[in-house]
Formats: sequence, C-alpha cells, structure tokens
Amino acid sequence: MTKVTIDPITRLEGHGRIEIFLNDAGDVDRAYFVVPELRGFEKFAVGRRAEDMPQITSRICGVCPTAHHMCSTKTLDDLFHVEPPPAAKKLREMLYNIFMLEDHALHFYFLGGPDFIVGPKAPKAERNILGVIGKVGVDVAGQVIAMRKELRELIAYLGGKVVHPVFGLPGGVAKGIKKEDQERFVKAAEQGVDFALFTLKAFHDLVLSNKEYVDLILSDAYTHRTYYMGLVDDQNRVNFYDGMLRVADPNGKEYARFDVRDYVQHMAEHVEPWTYVKFMFLRNVGWNGFEDGEGSGIYSVAPLARLNAADGMATPKAQEAYEEYVSTLGGKPVHQTLANHWARIVEMVYAAERFLELARDPEITSDDIRRVPTETPTTGIGVVEAPRGTLVHHYETDERGVLTRANLIVATQGNSARMAMSVDKAAKALIHNGNVDDGLLNMVEMAFRAYDPCHACATHALPGQMPLLLSLRDSKGNILKEIPRGG
Amino acid sequence: MPKPKVGLYWCASCGGCEEAVVDLAEKILDVVAAVDIVFWPVALDFKKEDVEALSDGEMTAAFINGAVRLSEQEEMVHLLRRKAQYVIAFGSCAHLGGIPGLANLTDRQSIFQYAYRDAPTVVPDDGIVPRQQVTVPQGDLKLPEFWERVRALDQVIDVDYYLPGCPPTPTVIANALTALLEGKLPEKGAVLAGTRALCYECDRAATKPEKGCTLSEIKRPWEIIADPEKCLLAQGILCLGPVTRGGCDAVCVKGNMPCTGCFGPLDRVRDFGAKGLSAIASLLDSNDEAEIERLVNSIPDVAGVLYRYSLPASVLFKSAQTKGDAP
Repeated sequence: MTKVTIDPITRLEGHGRIEIFLNDAGDVDRAYFVVPELRGFEKFAVGRRAEDMPQITSRICGVCPTAHHMCSTKTLDDLFHVEPPPAAKKLREMLYNIFMLEDHALHFYFLGGPDFIVGPKAPKAERNILGVIGKVGVDVAGQVIAMRKELRELIAYLGGKVVHPVFGLPGGVAKGIKKEDQERFVKAAEQGVDFALFTLKAFHDLVLSNKEYVDLILSDAYTHRTYYMGLVDDQNRVNFYDGMLRVADPNGKEYARFDVRDYVQHMAEHVEPWTYVKFMFLRNVGWNGFEDGEGSGIYSVAPLARLNAADGMATPKAQEAYEEYVSTLGGKPVHQTLANHWARIVEMVYAAERFLELARDPEITSDDIRRVPTETPTTGIGVVEAPRGTLVHHYETDERGVLTRANLIVATQGNSARMAMSVDKAAKALIHNGNVDDGLLNMVEMAFRAYDPCHACATHALPGQMPLLLSLRDSKGNILKEIPRGG
Repeated sequence: MPKPKVGLYWCASCGGCEEAVVDLAEKILDVVAAVDIVFWPVALDFKKEDVEALSDGEMTAAFINGAVRLSEQEEMVHLLRRKAQYVIAFGSCAHLGGIPGLANLTDRQSIFQYAYRDAPTVVPDDGIVPRQQVTVPQGDLKLPEFWERVRALDQVIDVDYYLPGCPPTPTVIANALTALLEGKLPEKGAVLAGTRALCYECDRAATKPEKGCTLSEIKRPWEIIADPEKCLLAQGILCLGPVTRGGCDAVCVKGNMPCTGCFGPLDRVRDFGAKGLSAIASLLDSNDEAEIERLVNSIPDVAGVLYRYSLPASVLFKSAQTKGDAP
C-alpha cells in the first residue's frame, strides 16, 4: 500500500488531514478523513457561571460564534425558566439571520466558491479569494467585501463584538436598536436581498451554465443517500432560529419530528480510533458503519440537509429559488453533496428576506428587551441551525446557576460520518493507476468543502491524553477490564 | 524588491483570529498588495510541505494564533519559528492561553471519562477511543498527542511580539502590520496595543464616580437591567476595564456588557487575575469580615471570571500545572 497525505486540508475552519491508501494497482483502497484536533469545552464548562456560557462557547468557533452564542442564550432561557419579551426574540432572530447571510457569503466567496469560480484544477496559488477577485473583478469583489462589512457592523452594533458577541442574556438581550437607526438596518436588509439574488445569479452564470460543473455536481462520486436533519417551523419550512427538529429518510419521507428537549432519544455519538471527531447517528436506527441507505443511522445536516428535511422556505424569493433548485436536481431528496453550495445560496436569500421582514417590524425598536429571571435554574436545552447544521447545547447547574454538566452537539459533527464517506468515495472515483496530482487532490478536498465544515467546532468536546484506554477482553470480545492511561 | 513573505497559522483556537483578519475588509486588498502570503490554511491551499520548502528565516513574519495543546501544534510552531524572522503571538490564546486554557482547571482523566463514557449522547462501542497510533486494514494512521496542559505560545517558542484580544480588533491588526512593513516595531517582547487601561477609552468613563467606585453589592449581568449610559462598575456589575489593557475601543461595553479582560494585563503586571482580585478587594465597601465574605461569595467561579483568558500564563497556577506533567 502507498499512502498519499493531504496536510493540512485547506479552505475550511479548523484542522484536518486526508490519508489516502493506494493498492498495488494504484487505485484507492480507502481514504480516511482524519481530524487531529481537540480542546475540551464540555469539561471545562463545569464550574463556570451559566451567564458566561454564551461567551465561553462562542470561543468554540470564531467563524460561527453567533451560532454558539445564540444557542447558548436560548439554553439559558430554558435553564432559568424565563421567556424573553417578543421584541427580544425578534432582535435575536434578526441578528441571527444577518449572521447566516454573511457567514454563507463567506463560504461562497472565500472558501468553497473558488473551486467553481476559479476552477477545481486551477493552480493552487490562485484557487482562493484572490483568484476570485481576479476572475470577477475588483468592483464586484469590492461590493462583496462592502456588504459583508456592513452586515458585520450591524452585528457589532447589537452585539458589541462581531467575533464573539455579548448580546444574549437569559430572558432577552443586552442591547436594542434606537429608532433613528432602524432605517440603517432596513437599508442593509434591502441590499442584502439584492446581494443574495446577485449571488444566486452568479451561481447560475458561473456554475450551472457550465456543463462540466453540472456533471460534477450530479456525478456519483459526490452523491450519498443518508437521512437529513433540520429545524422547521409549524408549517415544516426551514427556520434557523427556532422550531422542531425534523428528520427525512433517504427517500424523503418524514422519519421523525421532535422537540430538542428530547434530543438524547434521537441523536447519538459514535467513536472511531483514528480521528478525534465523534460521529453522529440516529439512535433509533443505530450505528452500522460508514454506509448509505435506510439501514444506516448516518444523517446529514447543513443547507442540503435542511432543504431536504423541510417542505419549503418561509419567504417568497427563497421559495422560488428552492423550487427551481429542487426541480433542476430531479426532485427531493437532493442527495448530491456539491448541491450544498446551491442550497447555501437559497438559504442566503431566505436569511436576507427574513432580515428585511424583521428590520421593518415596528416592534424591533422596542425598549422591552429583557425579563430578569426569578426562578431557580435547573436544566436547559437549546437549539439553533448553525450555518453548518443543527446545534444543540445542554446545561445543568446548581441553584446558583453554576454549571455542573454540559453536553454540546455541534453542527459539523452531524456531518462528520457523511463527510468521511464523501472523501473516501471521491478519492476512489477520481484517483486511478496511481495518477495523483494537485488538481485531483483538490477535488477530493471539494468533497468535504461542500459541507463548509468547522473542525474547530466539531472537536470542541474531545478530551485528554486521548488515545489511551486499554481493554482486556475474553475470547468472545467481551470487555473484562479497562485501564485508562493518564490521570 | 520582492515582497515580504508572511504566514498565518492556527493552533488550539476557534478561527475568530482568522475572521478578524478578514474583517480588515477593503484593507485586506492593501495587505495582499504589500505582502506575499505563503501559508494560511483557512484561505489558501499551501500545505505544510510548502512551508518546509522555504529557507530558514525566509518568511518575514509568522502570525500564530491559538494556544498550544497538541504535539502537532508544537511541531508546527517550531517549524514556523525556524522559517520566520519575527513570530507574532496573535490573539488571547497565543498571548496568554485564552479560553481553551481554562481546561487547565480540570484534569485529563475526567475530561476523558466524560467525553467517551459519560456524555448522554455517547454510545460507547466496546471501549473504542481515538489512539495516537492506529492500525487500520490498509496501514497505520496517527493522531497527535494531546498534552497534559494548554500553553501560551511563548511557553513553547521564542515570541517577538504580542497582539492581544479575543480576537485582536482589525484596528490593532492594521497598526501592527503597518509597524512591521515600515520597520517601526518597538522593542522585542512588546504588546502591540494600548498602554493605558480600557476605562480611558470607554464612552461611559465620565459616569464613573469621581472618587472611584465602591461596591456594596456585586450583581451578575443577568440579575439587573443595566443602564446603557452609566459606568457598569458603578451599577455593581463586575467590569474588568480598570485592570485590562486598552486598544479594543471598549466594544463589549458598547454592547452594554462588562469587559471580561481579553486584552490581558497592562505592562508591568505579571498576573492578570491577581491584579483583578486586588482591584476588586479595594472596591469592596466594607470592613466587616462577614460582609466581605458575603460579597466575595457573590462571585461564583472567581478563577473562571478573573483568569478567563490567561490561566496558562498565570504565575499562581504555574506550579500546580507543572506537577507530574508531560509538556
């Protein structure tokens, strides 16, 4: 066996390495997606004050700090048994949609997009935002940069810091919008809608009009049949901020619909010895290895999954974009991994439209933005749809509101099993007779990049002097004794 | 003349420092025009082998963010140290250990036990856990070792300058880049931000009581609705502005929440938490021992509040941390 290593994998958040084993014929025997990173948030959260969690957990990820911050804030509402006033909820949801819009734009223009805009096999020195600027021109690039800047300034207006906001408290938010500033939000939202529609058009012009790319999207090398999970509203439409969790099976039928408080009954984590990331699966189907299909509990999250788990979008232009997406790709569920890029833009349209609805809402400038908790904290569980998928926080505290236990199900973990399969499948389809070059290896990387993974997030939880648990077994494989190393 | 080569790398971090660079917005085009970025995994496709191929000292500067947690990170920072004339610790984690450094309050065995056994969603599968060396049917795979404790960058390699903050603000970053490009860097070891306490740049400074604040109650942020115009400390909310280095433009206070100290201590202060504790002690409005105890007890988790970004760099915690330790 020959081993080909891609290290580090690039244009993603966090760390990763791909190890590809070639057999004697030079074909791929198996490719492993290794995540060599971990930190330990769940454990060092214990002993901290609950109100610090929206800020501490935002340090799980500085790319999606707003997702952790918001999920943690909602978890505090549940923990302190306090319902925020309507204006606070609207402010939170508006801030959240601003964030989704800019974060998805970051992926399209900076991280994943260069593979299409510049080309998957372009020289590696050009396959990046600089190449994108070269291709689309400084004017367009300037507009993208200006739009992101304005969106991020609005997040900073409400949240203080844009990276790691300080916005959320149990029962509401720390800051509202002054009446005289509402117009700035409305204007930015209007521009945001135009920007999202412009991005959708760019995707049409640069990707969908290119047969080579469309063939790539539709190819079996980048396709899997798994379950899909996402938050939906009461009409089963995509919602990023709140709702019920819904799971569609590989045929597109509803498999489950549940409140996040029941997440442990549905979501489970599997451990492999060769990577620090844990793999999510549906507890009621079970872990049956890295396999596609109904019999495998592997599910997927993030844009492709959200659009599969839902029945549509809650705003008009996004619904239009969604219908076109579904019909062009041959109906639901859409199993093509690279369609994530398209689904992400459909979601940009929704985020922008929802931002506009909320920015125009007269209640958005209300002063009634906090309810001070009066009850003793106990257990809190919260959920949001992070850009990279379903995110769950779960805290338990003593009566002072000091954490005694935490469990975090982080978005990228929801895709970790499917991503490992995607990298393996793409490598097998693309590498033959020992022919390996930078362009082909980049196309293997495209298999994970479509998910916009964040391994900083996905490895928040994993621990100590890892590796080391010695298991003594009898001849049937039953564990007789386990000796952990360290400690 | 060829453009100076610059590299950016992340260790145990969250990506917020990378976002802060992207938040230079249109200025990033100027940066790109002025320097040649030869390594930046979040945005560019250069690999480790491209860094290894550079000659020693070929990079003008390496900006390294994140704390050092794993053997792989340690190896990478040594590599970057060799290749760069200047190493700049970028952000709280590299500067002082940062929030991942809070893991030094716990031990690895209990972390291990929780993540693989006790977490409610984990389904233990015959005791399978990640291992540093694993033999799969096709060959061997390796994972980096997870060290016993989290370290700040200068506890691992020689550091020339520090950019504080979680993350550093775009202004702080832009000023440092300008100083680097114009050859106007201060003496080695300097922290490239403000030299005065945050209170001096806070919009609410005028509402701070003239004779200084005193605290007869310490309020947690969720316990009151804070007046958005008035000094937070004067409202009883613990704000670490008086002991924190300025330079961020008081962004958290602008969000109507207290400073939590991410820019770290001022020059000549060796231990941020100890300084914070002494500042709080001097604010307590009582000479009665029982009353003082009550006030102090109203701050649960003093260590997590005062050492939120600086535990690995703390003088007080160092001796406890090194006991029985691998690196």
